Order: sequence, then C-alpha cells, then structure tokens
Amino acid sequence: MIATVVRHPAVKRACAMLAVVLVAGCATGPTANPDDPLEPMNRTLYSVHDAVDTAVVRPVAQAYVDVVPQPIRQAVSNVFNNIQDLFSGVNGVLQGKLDKAGDDFGRVLLNTGFGLGGIFDLASMMGIERGNEDFGQTFGVWGFPQGPYLFVPLLGPTTVRDGAGVAVRFIWGPAQYLNSDALQWGLYGLTYIDLRADALSASGLVDTAALDRYTFIRNAYLQRRRYLVYDGKPPPEKEE
Amino acid sequence: MFSFERLARLRAAPTVFLVAALLMPAVALAQEAPDAVVKRVATDVINTIKSDPAIQAGNEARIREVLDAKLLPNFDFTRMTALAMGKNWRTATPEQQKRVTDEFRALLVRTYSGALNNYRNETIDYKPLRMNPADTDVTVRTLVMKAAGSPIQIDYSMAKTPEGWKAYDVIVGGVSLVTNYRDEFNDQIKAGGVDGLIKTLADRNKGVAAK
Repeated sequence: MIATVVRHPAVKRACAMLAVVLVAGCATGPTANPDDPLEPMNRTLYSVHDAVDTAVVRPVAQAYVDVVPQPIRQAVSNVFNNIQDLFSGVNGVLQGKLDKAGDDFGRVLLNTGFGLGGIFDLASMMGIERGNEDFGQTFGVWGFPQGPYLFVPLLGPTTVRDGAGVAVRFIWGPAQYLNSDALQWGLYGLTYIDLRADALSASGLVDTAALDRYTFIRNAYLQRRRYLVYDGKPPPEKEE
Repeated sequence: MFSFERLARLRAAPTVFLVAALLMPAVALAQEAPDAVVKRVATDVINTIKSDPAIQAGNEARIREVLDAKLLPNFDFTRMTALAMGKNWRTATPEQQKRVTDEFRALLVRTYSGALNNYRNETIDYKPLRMNPADTDVTVRTLVMKAAGSPIQIDYSMAKTPEGWKAYDVIVGGVSLVTNYRDEFNDQIKAGGVDGLIKTLADRNKGVAAK
C-alpha cells in the first residue's frame, strides 16, 4: 500500500521538489525569521508565483466572476465544499473530535442526498457548521512540528507539515478516479479558479494593507494555521 | 467593654454600605461595557453605510469621513502602534512615535474602507462576554455571518481607558492585525530605521504599491 503511494507520480514529483527545496534553501541570513529559514528561496518562488498570478490566474478568476452568474459559482463552490467536508470528517475522526466529525458526515449525507450531490448547502442553512479540518491540522494535533515555511508557486503559502497534508489529500482524490485526463485536468482547473475567485477580494486587501506582501502573507498564513490547529483557541504566544 | 462610641460606629456601618451600594451602579453605568461598545459602534457604522447614498454610490472619501467620526474614536492607535513596533517603540523619539501612529492609522483606515466596499449584508453575531468587574483587558468575540460561505470570527482586544473601553487589536479568523504588522515593522526598521518605516507607510498611503 505504502509502496503504491510512493510510486504515485504526484508523490515522486513532490519528493523531487522537496529535495530541491531543501538543498536550495540552505542560504539563510542572520536576520531570518525562525519559522522561515528558507526565506531567500521562498521570496524567489513568491515572485514567480506573483508574476503568473498577475498575468494569468487573477485575470482568469476575475473573468470567471464577471461571466458566470453568482448562483452557478455558488453551486460549484458547494460541490467542492461537500467533498472537502467528507475529508474534514475523516480528519475529525483522526484527531478524535467525534462530535465535529459527526457534523461533517451529517453535512455530507444531507447535502449529497437532499442537496442534489452537494449543489445546495442545506446543512449550512440548518446551522450545521463546517468542521474545516484537514490533514495538515491533523499532523499538527498529532504533534508533528510545522517545519519550515514554504512558498510554492501556484499552490501558495504552506509549510512542510501542511504540504504533506495537501499531498495526502491529493493522492486520495477524488479526481484520480476519473478515467479521462481531460476531465481530471478540467476538474483541477475549476477547483483552482473557484478558490482563486473566492480570494479575489482578500488579495485586493493585501495589496492595500501590506508593507511587504511576502511577509504579510507569510505571517497571516502561519497565524491562521495555528488558529485552525487549535480550533480557534490558540494559547497566547510568548512576548519578546 | 461596652462603649457608646463603638455602638455609634456600628450603627453607622449599614448606612455607609447603603450609600456605597447606591453609588456603585452609577459608577458602573458611567462606563459602557466593552461588548456594548462594539455592538453600538458596529451597528451604527453598518446602518450609516447602508443608508448613505454617497457611500452606496462608491464614494470612498465619504466612507472615510464616517469612519473618522464613528469608528476611530473607539480605537487606541497609540497602543496599537506601540505593540506593533515592539522594543523599537521605546527607542523612537516622541515625534517619530506620533508620525508612525498617524501613518499607521491612515493605512488601517484605507484598508478598512476598501473592505467595507465589499460589504454584502453580512450579519454580526455577538458572543456573550464573560468578564469580572475588575478586568481592564478583555476580548470581545463576534462572528460575521455571510449570506454564503463559512462565517468569519472577528475578535476585538479591548482595554479600559479613562475615556472608556478602546480596541487595541483586531483578530480576523485568528489573524491578529498587530502580530501581522510586527515582523513588517521590524523589517522596515532594520532596513531604514524608524524614518524608513515612516516613509514606507507614507508611500503606501499615497497609493504606491507594495512589492
């Protein structure tokens, strides 16, 4: 089973990338943030990401918002969220949060059955909140260290721990179960544009608020993930 | 031993308590509770935004006027800036402290008025506040419910001041504004001193884009 996972092309690619990242990232200055020892490399990757985002991804996401009517975009988001909720439930179980997992599985049953495959988010209308758990958080709850912060072009901000979570999630599919490459890539593309469209106003906000966008995004990401791992009640950080 | 004097003092005691008990609510009322401040200000700002025709037409200058009048008096920007600057605050001159505070305030107002442009009839759920009467520092928790999508938790760290409770940090979905700016301020000061930070903030407020 593990051998199959390791032989998976996506995993091979991720491992190769990780190796490059770890070797390239050894150049660190004395002023480095302890959470971001690979900052020089990350900054380069961030500028690549930003160039692609500005030239291609952001305009496409904006066009998607302008052209596709809101109810349809909402339906697309709901279908993807329904799949996320299933994985959130799995992660709730892995973290021993059975109440939360029960809510997530209940949501999936309700939205898949009565919400036409997740097109309608009936569960939210009934006040059942999304668990928002993922593999990265599960690893955190299990006590794995966060590892260095990474900025991966197209994927965005992550850490070694969260990146491992994304890889696990990716292997589980569900796009892998589609037997046509075109369909698979179409699904990836739509997922991506759906997420990016959702973040359009947030990225506009970063443009106004940030003194340095790289640092601003990194700090916000790390704070947000810490908050999620502790389910919204992080212990206070010690002051300098 | 029996003494009339002691008896007189004992008799006076209940009167003293009574007077104290009568005065206490007056003292408590004089200062509005922190969660009440948040609720009153948020409701007022949202109602103004909904009803003002100039704001509905996208007039950002008018939004800033409203924020200046209604929102900003409830923030302690000096404390906010001091927290974001950390140990650099103490080494800055009073003049530098004032300029950083002014520019930081302007930047936050610009950001906030931009965010309000995206306002789409969200409703705010105010979480019950548990506090002791002696507390001088509390967190007021709110949940912003959107028409679609997950609700966002917005918390306000508030401190008691002689002019009432004032917010010194806003935590959006677990992201503290002050903490987020701490590294940024530190980097700017390392590169160009406090004056470098002032210049970067001023540039951003003039609309020069970030890297």
